[in-house]
Amino acid sequence: MAKIFAITIVIIAILSAIPILRHTWVAPEDISTHGALIDEQMSETMAEAGIAFLAAQFILAFFIWKFSDPGPDAKIKKFPGGATGLVIAALLVVGVEVMALGVFGVKAWANVYLNPPSADAIPIQVQAGQFAFYFRYPGPDGKFGALHPELINEGSQNIFGLDPEHDVAARDDIVAAEMAVPVNKEVHLLMHAKDVGHSFFVRELRVQQDFVPGLDVSLHFTATKVGKYEIVCTQLCGLGHYNMKAYLEVMSQQDFDNWLKQQAGQ
Amino acid sequence: MSTKQMLAALLVLVVCPCLLFGGTISGKVTYTGTPAKQKSIDMSKEPSCAKQHATPVTVESVVTGTNNALENVVVYVSSGAPDDGQVPAQAVTFEQKGCQYIPHVLPMHVNQELKVVNSDQTSHNIHPLAKVNREWNKSQPPGTPPLSEKYDKAEFISVKCNVHPWMHGIFAVLSTNHYDLSKGEGEFKLPNLPPGKYTITAWHEDYGTQTADVTITGNETKDVNFTFKAKAY
Repeated sequence: MAKIFAITIVIIAILSAIPILRHTWVAPEDISTHGALIDEQMSETMAEAGIAFLAAQFILAFFIWKFSDPGPDAKIKKFPGGATGLVIAALLVVGVEVMALGVFGVKAWANVYLNPPSADAIPIQVQAGQFAFYFRYPGPDGKFGALHPELINEGSQNIFGLDPEHDVAARDDIVAAEMAVPVNKEVHLLMHAKDVGHSFFVRELRVQQDFVPGLDVSLHFTATKVGKYEIVCTQLCGLGHYNMKAYLEVMSQQDFDNWLKQQAGQ
Repeated sequence: MSTKQMLAALLVLVVCPCLLFGGTISGKVTYTGTPAKQKSIDMSKEPSCAKQHATPVTVESVVTGTNNALENVVVYVSSGAPDDGQVPAQAVTFEQKGCQYIPHVLPMHVNQELKVVNSDQTSHNIHPLAKVNREWNKSQPPGTPPLSEKYDKAEFISVKCNVHPWMHGIFAVLSTNHYDLSKGEGEFKLPNLPPGKYTITAWHEDYGTQTADVTITGNETKDVNFTFKAKAY
């Protein structure tokens, strides 16, 4: 019985590794300048975690096969050095592994977060709220109007809580329910949540970042391929979470300029 | 009833039919100034709703007609109404269609039955933000039967949908049956008012409240007009 169990473990481990090794489920095409490094990091993590997973399953199967039925007179052997030594050794191996992934991953992380965006990056603010994303562009004056949460009124579409009556900078701000960006131009995304935790995930862009209520989070990216992509919320945020999505439209510079003009007229 | 009393009653009916039919208060609601541009609503995230609208839907906070007419103003008798407490038997209906609330402003009597209908192919979650009444919110998947509710206190309640943030409407819960909603020309009419002193209130969701005192002496029609100052933003 124990031998069947050991064989089953080996079979399950191998079967679950096959689709990964065969690249059955590949990520969609990357449309960002930073994505290659992220993909590389993901592959490395998958390889290392995969090797560790297979090794652990095979060793488990081996021990079950060999020691599960030791017979009536067998003595229980102790690991040399006792359990403490074993735990410390395991912690060190795993710790070094995780640290190494972190150190090598810093470059991929820095492209999106740590390095400052270029001076001519387009600032776009995104506000997540139950259950929609809204995007704000500063308009021709290049300045965002100040936010007044107490003025938020979705019924009159004052999504961000702007005060155009008293705040000149807010008057030309453009608010849209879809996100348009010009191709091959850096975008500085300024993120905040209106209510609870949400997430901004665009698979093709290799960007997934949580909104944390009370925190202003920012990141930057450059999209390299014209097209329409889905922005989804990947943090369970309430009843309508399944339906919380928006679209990212990557367009030529001219189309983008026209889009801005059209949005300003609405 | 004695003959004398019957004669007296007949005399009253002949001399003063106003006791039966009453007076009428009518007029127009208009605005001065320039109202803010009503922003258009992007429903692209809900395609089943977006495709119901050939032209983009705009916000309905301020709806205007020709000659500066102001629509969706609730005009009602706020004091002096003789029939407080008479709850109409018929229910009022609030429909969710094309990810909009129809009508945008729904006046009703205290304790009158309110039916909430979902005509869309998507789930809605109606959430009236009551402060005086008990607050509730209810999820309504497509194809489910109408919800039935009632409010037991007078209140203007802002209504939102917890799934579609752009959806917005108003419940005007009133303790009188003498009310009207201003229409395309800004016109309203409050008929069947017995003689007496009344306070008429006009309520607009964005421009606030105005009142007028009116005295009805018989079977007459009195003109009362309300003018709101438009907000530019």
